[in-house]
Amino acid sequence: MIKSYHEPLTFDQIKAGEGLKAALKMTRSEVIKAISDSGMRGRGGAGFPTGVKWNLCAAAAAPEKFVVCNADEGEPGTFKDRVLLAEYSDKVFEGMTIAGYAIGAKEGIIYLRAEYMYLRAELEAALAKRREDKLLGDKIKGAKEFSFDIRIQMGSGAYVCGEETALIESLEGHRGEPRNRPPFPVDTGFKGCPTSVNNVETFAWATCILAKGPKWFKELGTEKSAGLKLFSVSGDCDQPGIYEFPMGITVADLLVAVGGEGAKAVQIGGASGHCVPYWEFDRKICFEDVATGGSIIVFDFDRDMLEVAMNFMEFFCEESCGQCTPCRDGNSAILEGLEMLEEGVCSQSYLKELCELGETMQLASKCGLGQSSPNAFLSIVKNFKDELLGRGE
Amino acid sequence: MAETKKTKATKAASTTGGVDTASNRAPKSQKAHVVNVGDEGGIGGKVSVTIDGKEIKVPLGTTILKAAEQMGIKIPTLCAHQDLCAAGLCRVCVVEVEGQYRLQASCAYPVTSPIKVHTHTRKVRKARRHIIDLMLRNHYGECYACVRNNNCELQTLAKEYGVDFFRFGRPAEPMFDIDSSSHSVIRDMNKCVLCRRCVRTCIDLQEVGVLEAINKGEDTEIGTFADKPLADVVCINCGQCINRCPTGALRANDPTDDVWNAIDDPTKHVVIQTAPAPRAAIGECFGLPAGNPLTFEMNTALRQCGFDKVFDTNFTADLTIIEEGTELIQRLYTALVAKKPVALPQFTSCSPGWVKYLEHFYPEYVPNLSSAKSPQQMFGAVIKTYYAQKAGIDPKDIVTVALMPCSAKKYECNRPEMTDSGFKDVDYGLTTRELAKMIKEAGIDLPACDKSDFDDPFGTATGSGVIFGATGGVMEAALRTVIELVCGIKVEDIFEHADIIPVRGMEGVKYAEIKIPKVGPVPPILSGLIKDWKWLDGVTVKVAVAHGTANAKKVMENIKAGGQLAGCHFIEFMGCPGGCIGGGGQPIPTSPAIREARARAIYAEDSAYPVRKSHENPAVLELYTNFFTEGPCSHKSHKLLHTHYTKRGKYIA
Repeated sequence: MIKSYHEPLTFDQIKAGEGLKAALKMTRSEVIKAISDSGMRGRGGAGFPTGVKWNLCAAAAAPEKFVVCNADEGEPGTFKDRVLLAEYSDKVFEGMTIAGYAIGAKEGIIYLRAEYMYLRAELEAALAKRREDKLLGDKIKGAKEFSFDIRIQMGSGAYVCGEETALIESLEGHRGEPRNRPPFPVDTGFKGCPTSVNNVETFAWATCILAKGPKWFKELGTEKSAGLKLFSVSGDCDQPGIYEFPMGITVADLLVAVGGEGAKAVQIGGASGHCVPYWEFDRKICFEDVATGGSIIVFDFDRDMLEVAMNFMEFFCEESCGQCTPCRDGNSAILEGLEMLEEGVCSQSYLKELCELGETMQLASKCGLGQSSPNAFLSIVKNFKDELLGRGE
Repeated sequence: MAETKKTKATKAASTTGGVDTASNRAPKSQKAHVVNVGDEGGIGGKVSVTIDGKEIKVPLGTTILKAAEQMGIKIPTLCAHQDLCAAGLCRVCVVEVEGQYRLQASCAYPVTSPIKVHTHTRKVRKARRHIIDLMLRNHYGECYACVRNNNCELQTLAKEYGVDFFRFGRPAEPMFDIDSSSHSVIRDMNKCVLCRRCVRTCIDLQEVGVLEAINKGEDTEIGTFADKPLADVVCINCGQCINRCPTGALRANDPTDDVWNAIDDPTKHVVIQTAPAPRAAIGECFGLPAGNPLTFEMNTALRQCGFDKVFDTNFTADLTIIEEGTELIQRLYTALVAKKPVALPQFTSCSPGWVKYLEHFYPEYVPNLSSAKSPQQMFGAVIKTYYAQKAGIDPKDIVTVALMPCSAKKYECNRPEMTDSGFKDVDYGLTTRELAKMIKEAGIDLPACDKSDFDDPFGTATGSGVIFGATGGVMEAALRTVIELVCGIKVEDIFEHADIIPVRGMEGVKYAEIKIPKVGPVPPILSGLIKDWKWLDGVTVKVAVAHGTANAKKVMENIKAGGQLAGCHFIEFMGCPGGCIGGGGQPIPTSPAIREARARAIYAEDSAYPVRKSHENPAVLELYTNFFTEGPCSHKSHKLLHTHYTKRGKYIA
């Protein structure tokens, strides 16, 4: 269940079909304008403005377009999409339908994380119900010419498939590996058609924005990070779980709400995010400062930061798709360096070399996975260097 | 007069190298999206790009790398290859684009708006060095002990970027067993840097699909189906992957030690036959530009190396034309006169890569393959029977070596059915690269050698034999002979200088029709088989030529669908892009320009031969007079010069 800073939770305030009904009263470009005016940025973590993405997709000339819901929630420490799909799937389906209307797509695909297979039956039932209610399918209620349906395709278990081009590659039946960009999926996506790939949560908020108006959303959060956001909080705190907060909440305020005061550091944005030390807890969680797709992991003073870094790097060594050199081999070089630190045989200069390698990975990797995989390592080295050094006998 | 007509056989027929972006199968992740804007200066227009301060206008969608090439600015690459789609995965070619925080892979970045690019800023140089360091971290092996020493792209990069120590370490011990199961291709994955050029070669260029990346993360490796040894999967042994591997991870199965042993054994009579394509390319191993044939210099060098006799495979190429042409006439007779079912079109069988491809992917078409052996295998059988008898040497003491541009020939000579002489017909298949190594080992400067001719009793062959080395050559040779034998006229009466241009060139699939203008008397060599040619009078002979198995696939699919090519009488297939001159045993590197230069050398050589038609080869006629006395496709010729094939399908290696 989602805990909110206010009652009732936003998603409970809106009835099924409300957002869609509002959207269908508008023209396609008015819907896109509403999303743009709300200032919403992608809830998956990268923070690309949703309105811009939909607009690019709508503007692309093509006979066929697709809406894809990225439900391959794989970032360590994030589980908000799972709860959203389990408890508020209607909001997600409705957001996809609104997107389909806005960009001119007839088909929506949910790329569902393989581990969420257990949700599938319920989701299919919810889709069937929406079809029954004429909220999906041929000639949707309230629209003369608009037909839209949604199907579910199961993911195949790779973390990289959360990257939108790898996801599309996997949808097409290939090995999940990121494509070269440009062009972007809004231009050349699934089956070569313009495709809008959005996060589960982005669709849910789109429904709320249409129902409650863009102004409501825009006034929440910060200037460049509007609106509310779901956070998956785990780690060393009293009340782990899913929280709805406005964007821009400080780390300290968040820790108070989750019972995590006295933490040593907080990992924001999952394995690919940044590690914020206790002396920087006044930092704001938003795209201007420290961004996240929702994952918040709290570490108290008993946690060994070297172990934390190794844990993350082990994850990337396994989950790099193996396509580009910096990510495939860089992550294992860093992990090996961390093992050397553990044994006390890594020199300061080699650690510096590894940090420079991390920067190369950020600059030269093919996709967001490799570009962000050294983040945790680099921020832990920056903030907890003394804790890492001087190990072994 | 005969009419010739040349049309594009299929819509998908591609221009050079067999790369056709419309139909290739590689996942999009492994190819750059090129913005399709039509031809240069078309609707897309041009866009300005500034690289290192110099400005150039290029067609919209041109990659940064291509634009830089046009300006003479060098950007290092590794996973890029001219024959393959861009993958953008090694990241060696990264550059800085102004206004972008991250570096971009120049091979995969299409220019669609005016940009400013910097190719060697500190950020770029550092990133490239790190990437090379990371590749070396997983590259096991010593350069001294590597077949690609001094011809290795990784080694070159390491040198260019001043690698003077292993920054991120290097493997202390091998991580993989070397797969030497195949007669043709050896895989040493310890040296692999995962550029996936082999994968794209196998999937895209050849459309075979034996190799693919498996596992992920640091466990990523290039694997085969169920990680089986190469000999147990549907590999056709074409060796195109070897030619495109930047390191020594893929190499041919090298028999030179055995060949030297045979040469050094005084009881052995070591005979080498040399195919036409190696002579057009071997100069490249000695620093000459592509397109300088060293045919007669090579004869001298081979004798200096210690080979007892040097024969020209073209002799049996001519023999192949007679046997395969006769077989075609027999099939046509069965179809047109006897009106009995017979497998048509007839497919050529000289390319062992193509033969294995057909056996795996189109086994139902095995009856269409000519039963004539390839020139290599015909020669092996003739040497260990006719030549042995004539020279008075016990065939058990003869060692036959075949110099081929090909890795599949190594497999072919080891096929169990290739022992019709009572011995292994061809003992060793040697590639152009391996022979160059032997010549260097013997301290011979090949380009400086005196010229000398081939040995008797087979002598110098004809121009028809020579052009077997280029795509369309077998067809041209066959047509020259068929036209003359059937029509009783000179080829020159129809085609100027006997150059049958419609079947030449690097187009992926070529199609031609030739109407038989009149028929002549049946020549003596065929009089035992055919009474007259009346039944061929006025018939339009339809032929096609395909090179590279991706193009072969297009032809086969067209035939299966009952398309235009199903109506052909005879189709030449070559397993490799460009034909034998682009074979898997040829010097590395390869590119469309290099293959075209080699082809030009082949055609120039053909042009210079006094005898240019297989049926006029005096040594071939002598062989039929003295040995295969019952003529072509007779009982004896069937025993020694023909073979059979296996319907392998996808589960029998």
